[in-house]
Amino acid sequence: MTENSLDTAGRQAAADQASGARAAAAGPGSVDAADGLDGTASSTVAKQPPGGGRPPRPTLGRRALTFADSLWRPALVLAVFFAAWWFVAAREYVPNYLVPTPGQVWETMTTQWSELARHTLVTLYETVLGFVLAAALGLVTAVAIAYSRTLDKALYPIVLFAQVIPKIAIAPLLVVWFGLGLTPKIILAVLIAFFPVVISGVAGLRSTDPELLDLAATMGAGPWRTFRKIRFPNALPHLMAGLKVAVTLAVVGAVVGEFVGASEGLGYVLLLANGNLDSALLFADLILMSAIGIVLFVLVEIAEALLIPWHASRRAGVSLTTS
Amino acid sequence: MTAAPAATGTAIGMSGLTVRFTTRRSQTTALDDVSLDIEPGEFVTIVGPSGCGKSTLLKIVAGLVKPTSGDVSLLERPVRGPQKEIGFVFQKAALLEWRGARANILLQAEMRGMDRAQAARRADELIEMTGLTGFEKALPHELSGGMQQRVALCRALLHSPPVLLMDEPFGALDALTREQMNAELHRIWRETGTTVVLVTHSIAEAVFLGTRVVVMSPRPGRIIRTFSVELPAHRDYAQVMSDPRFDRLATDLRGLLGSAAANH
Ligand SMILES: Nc1ncnc2c1ncn2[C@@H]1O[C@H](COP(=O)(O)OP(=O)(O)OP(=O)(O)O)[C@@H](O)[C@H]1O
Ligand SMILES: [Mg+2]
Repeated sequence: MTENSLDTAGRQAAADQASGARAAAAGPGSVDAADGLDGTASSTVAKQPPGGGRPPRPTLGRRALTFADSLWRPALVLAVFFAAWWFVAAREYVPNYLVPTPGQVWETMTTQWSELARHTLVTLYETVLGFVLAAALGLVTAVAIAYSRTLDKALYPIVLFAQVIPKIAIAPLLVVWFGLGLTPKIILAVLIAFFPVVISGVAGLRSTDPELLDLAATMGAGPWRTFRKIRFPNALPHLMAGLKVAVTLAVVGAVVGEFVGASEGLGYVLLLANGNLDSALLFADLILMSAIGIVLFVLVEIAEALLIPWHASRRAGVSLTTS
Repeated sequence: MTAAPAATGTAIGMSGLTVRFTTRRSQTTALDDVSLDIEPGEFVTIVGPSGCGKSTLLKIVAGLVKPTSGDVSLLERPVRGPQKEIGFVFQKAALLEWRGARANILLQAEMRGMDRAQAARRADELIEMTGLTGFEKALPHELSGGMQQRVALCRALLHSPPVLLMDEPFGALDALTREQMNAELHRIWRETGTTVVLVTHSIAEAVFLGTRVVVMSPRPGRIIRTFSVELPAHRDYAQVMSDPRFDRLATDLRGLLGSAAANH
């Protein structure tokens, strides 16, 4: 049913385009062949029949199916990975104090759950705050760079410098300056996540079709309206790609900050576990860190799907025609 | 804004327009000493070989390209910077890919801060008129090339501009839809008294629509001749096509374009 309606719409569009190409091919210097037809032909032509309605939304079962279809491959890889880990650890090919079994890790997680949850929340808080600040600062910087040549020349070197300076090297300095609280961690997360936001934002804002800007000019629109209605929405696909990179990097920033000096957070727990040779806790900690990154990444992806459905539908359209 | 300008003076004045584009690799003279005065309410069609500067000419009038030398005026005022008393149909549709057809048309109203309800009514009229009914919500990539171009046309007409600049607006349409759109555009022009400049590659279109046909030479673009079209102001497609005056003019134009290309 869904396929059917899509198919007719597709054929109709194809027919439209094919005849358009023919008309264009007739080119200059020759009267288009069909232009010579007398008026009776044109009077019998019906207007475009309606048919541009959206296909019905996929049913719940169908959606569950596509969801399962997208999930089984990573699930399989994970299962193989866990099996291999369990095999190596349980047979003690590697001593247990180096690589614990999945069971031991699970036990650590459940018995120390409340403690681990508290530390996870701390790291999550630092990461999210750092990411949000980086996104806001990065966007403002990107707009400044994309709009002003002077600011472009002035800001780009600073942005690049902030990126190439090894963040791990300045972490101790930040601790000296801001103490052992949350501030240095958040600053590190911002510093690390900032760069991809700026780069993707500038690329997106600069990718506007010049003809669209010409169009906006003939509409008498000021820079703010042009930004809001044309340049910003046009930059969103680029920007969202940058935000996805940024959010995973923000986790790294927060953890590095905790390594250098902290009394809470997953990075702090990691150092503790390392010192005590508590490999089960170490592994549990690593799993929680990765979980933060994955969950935040998925949240940004969901935001992307909600913010730019046109982009997603375009990609879906492409796969429809190729499959 | 809706009314045509007073029928005195010129709607568009061009004198001695020369445009040179300098790129890293080469220098192109796109237009060479082009002068043309267009009166209010005229419908001027421009034909000429590809690359002779027709699009550039329209962009100069719109204030989007600055000529290397020469003067332009629009509605008696010198053109300095982008003009907004115009409706512009670009050679490519130039639609916002995240907006549906109707929302793309309404962009014109939003950018100008027009009255919403009024603009919405006008948009629906135009959608109906151009046969886009049923595709109001379709995104540009879901529309055919010809339909995209029709959306662009509606967008240019939404604010009833006193001057309409059109760059091959019907190039992507099939011949029959093209005839319909020609007839529709002719009606709009007759009823509103809008001044129109339309670039086309179709001689039939140029003659059917134009009160004057301007023929340009290959690059560097010059005006080699202008023809007054001696056909009634109120035209019917079938009648015009069988009119001997149409035949004569079309033959002349074809000959002129052919010899211009041959001499090049
Ligand atoms: N921004 C630009 N930079 C450099 N050269 C340009 C630019 N715009 C146009 N040109 C050159 O100017 C010439 C005229 O271009 P224009 O687009 O006006 O041609 P046209 O008559 O509209 O052609 P067509 O019928 O194919 O649309 C071409 O040779 C083109 O290469
Ligand atoms: Mg052109």
